Amino acid sequence: MQKSLLLGVEAIAQGAIDGGMSGVYAYPGTPSTEITEYIQHSKQAKELNIHSDWAANEKTAMESALGMSYAGKRAMVCMKHVGLNVAADCFMNAAITGANGGMLIVVADDPSMHSSQNEQDSRVYGKFAMMPILEPSNQQEAYDMARFGFELSEAFEIPVLMRITTRLAHSRAGVARSAEVRVQNELKLPKDKVQFVLLPAIARKRYKMLLSNQEKFEAASEDSAYNAYTDAADKSMGIIACGLGYNYLMENYPNGECPYPVVKISQYPIPRTMIQKITGECDKVLVLEEGYPVIEEILKGYLEKEAVIGRLDGTLSRDGELTPDMVGRALGFEIEESLEIPDIVAARPPALCVGCSHIDVYKALNEVIEEYGAGRVFADIGCYTLGALPPFNAINSCVDMGASITMAKGAADAGLIPSVAVIGDSTFTHSGMTGLLDAVNEKTPITVIISDNESISMTGGQKSSAKGKLEAICEGLGVEKEHIHVLLPVPKKHDEIKEIFRKEFEYKGVSVIIPRRVCVQKNVRDQKIKKANIAKAAAKA
Amino acid sequence: MKTDMVIAGVGGQGILSIAAALGSAALENDLYMKQAETHGMSQRGGDVQSFMRISDKPIYSDLIPKGGADIILSVEPMEALRYLPYLKKGGYVVTNSTPFININDYPEQEKLEATIKALPNYVLIDADRIAKEEVGSARAFNFVMLGAASPFIDVPFEYLEEGIRKIFARKGEEVVDMNIKALHAGRKFSEENR
Repeated sequence: MQKSLLLGVEAIAQGAIDGGMSGVYAYPGTPSTEITEYIQHSKQAKELNIHSDWAANEKTAMESALGMSYAGKRAMVCMKHVGLNVAADCFMNAAITGANGGMLIVVADDPSMHSSQNEQDSRVYGKFAMMPILEPSNQQEAYDMARFGFELSEAFEIPVLMRITTRLAHSRAGVARSAEVRVQNELKLPKDKVQFVLLPAIARKRYKMLLSNQEKFEAASEDSAYNAYTDAADKSMGIIACGLGYNYLMENYPNGECPYPVVKISQYPIPRTMIQKITGECDKVLVLEEGYPVIEEILKGYLEKEAVIGRLDGTLSRDGELTPDMVGRALGFEIEESLEIPDIVAARPPALCVGCSHIDVYKALNEVIEEYGAGRVFADIGCYTLGALPPFNAINSCVDMGASITMAKGAADAGLIPSVAVIGDSTFTHSGMTGLLDAVNEKTPITVIISDNESISMTGGQKSSAKGKLEAICEGLGVEKEHIHVLLPVPKKHDEIKEIFRKEFEYKGVSVIIPRRVCVQKNVRDQKIKKANIAKAAAKA
Repeated sequence: MKTDMVIAGVGGQGILSIAAALGSAALENDLYMKQAETHGMSQRGGDVQSFMRISDKPIYSDLIPKGGADIILSVEPMEALRYLPYLKKGGYVVTNSTPFININDYPEQEKLEATIKALPNYVLIDADRIAKEEVGSARAFNFVMLGAASPFIDVPFEYLEEGIRKIFARKGEEVVDMNIKALHAGRKFSEENR
C-alpha cells in the first residue's frame, strides 16, 4: 500500500481513528491543534461517528475524555504543553482513578518557544503522575503509538501520556497505515463500581495500586518495541537518545552506524536494565533529550558523581530544542561554518493582519490610557498579544489563559485604578469567566475589554465556544447591564470607542466592553467556503 | 539521490504549496522525504521556512543541519539571506526578486540585490512578473520558483510535474496546466541565467 504523507500530528490522529477511538476532546493550541482538526475533517471519522467538537478548555476536554473512558470507550485528549497546566487537576487524579476504556493524553511541547510562553517538558508531568509515557521519534511511530497507547492504557487500566514536540508535530513524512481498522469498544462500565470515586479511603487504595503497578510499567518499557539497546565497539562513551534526540544522533552517522552503544528511548518509565547496561559498560554517558534534562538529572545525581554529560554541563545548550549540528558538536564533530546572515537582513516579527479589529481597539485604548498614565493594561493569550509589539506597545502583561482579568483585579485591589483587562472571546470562555465572577462579587473597579473576533484566530480560526453568548454570560455572572457595551471596532467609530472607554474607566465597579468584528482571516475563509458551496449547489442544479 | 532544501518566505505567501508538490513527487516515486514547516504565531506575516529533505535512503532528522542545504529556495529576496548559515558550500540560492515589505526597516532594494549577486551561486528571478506575463496567473509564482530551483534538485523533472498534477488534480485540468506551465517557465529562466 502507498504511504500517506502526514504531519506528525496528523499521523497521531489517523492512528487513533484506525485504533478504535470513539472521541477526541481538545482545545486548540500550537503545536497540537491539527490533531483534532484532522479528525474533524476526516470522512472516515465522520462515518465512524467519532466525537471531535472543540471543548471550552483543556480541563473540560480531559474530564470529558475520562468520562468516555469510564464508559468503556477509547478516548483521546489533545493539548499544547501549557494546556496541561490547566488540565493538571484532572490529569493527576486520572492516574489514581485509572482508565476503563483506553485513554490517550497527547501533549505537544514547544521547546524553543516558537509559539508559546515557556518550554516546560511534559515528561516531568508524566513522571509526577506516575503514568506510562510514549515519546515517538518519527511520524511512523506517532501513527503506530496512538493505537499502541490505547492498548497499553487498557492493559494497565491507566491513562497513557503521549508527549511530542513541535518538530515532530509539524513535520511531514510518509506513513504506512495498518491494514485493519480496529472496531470501537462497546459501552461497558468499570468492573469496580467505586474505581472513579476518589474519597480518601478509596483513593488511598487506588494510589497503592498505582505505586505497585510501577514495576509492570517498567517491565513494559524493557520489552517495548520502541526502546532498544544497540551495542557497538567503542565503549569510551554511551549515548541515551530520547524521542527526536535519536534522529539528531543518527543524522550525524550517514551510514546509520554509530560507533558508540546507544539506548533509544521512546517509552517510559525509563527501561532500567538498558540504562544499567550502558552506564556499566561505558566510560561516560551522553544524554540527548528534546526538552528538560529529565533522564540526565536522574542519572547524574545531585552530587554529580556519575560521568553523565548533556544539557547540565554545557555539552548541549541548557535551553531550546536540539538541532542536528548541536548534537554533532556534542559528538565531537567539527561543524563547518557556513555563510553568516548579512547585516541588512531585518527581523520580521509576526504582526496583526491588515484590517484586524484588534488594531482599532488598541488605537483607541492607547489614546485613552495616555490620559491616565501607562502600565495598567493586562492582556491575555491570543492574536491581541501582538499588541505588545510596535507600533502599539499597548499591553503590560501576558501570562496565562484568563490572567488578564484576575491580574487587573489584583492590581486594582492594590490601588492601580483604573486597571484594564484585554482578552479574546475564546480565551474568556476558556478561563476568564471565573475571574470575572471574582471581580463582580467584590465590585472591583476594573474594565474588561473582550475583543471579540468570533473565532479562535491565532491557531487558525477554530470555532469559539463564546460565539453569540458573551453578553448573556457577563450578565449572568452579575455584570450590570448598563455597564456592558457592544461596539463595532472600525476606524470611523474611533471617537465613539474612546468615549465609551473613558466613561467606563471612571466607573467604580466592573464594566465589560465588547468590540465585536469577525477575524479578517476567518472572514476570507468563510467567504471561500460560501462561494464553493454556491458553486457546488449550482453544479448540482 | 538526495536533496536538502530550505524553502523560505513570509507567512501567508504560500510556500507550503511548493513543499506539498515536492512531497507528493517524492511519495509517488517511493523516495523518502521529511518536510518540517512553521505553524502558529509566525504565520501572521512573520518569517517562515520549511525544511524539505528528499532521499532514496532513510532520513533521520526533520531539520537540515547548518551548512547542509543544497538549495535555499526563497519566494522573497531578503528571506533568502536569513537562511545562509544553512547553505552547503557550493549550494545554490534561488530567490524571487519581488520584495514583500511589511516592516519599516526593510533594506534598500539595491543593497539587497548587490548582496544576493555577491553570492557564489545564485538565481535571481522575478517570479511575480513571469507568473503574470508568461504564465498568465499571478498565483502561479510559487511554481515558477520551484521550476527555477528544479535544475539543482536531485529528482527527475517529471517527478515534479507529477507532484503538481497530483496536488491540483481536484481543481481541474486548467489549474494543473497553469502550474506546470509555471514550472517550465521557471526552469527555462534558471537554465539561461544560472
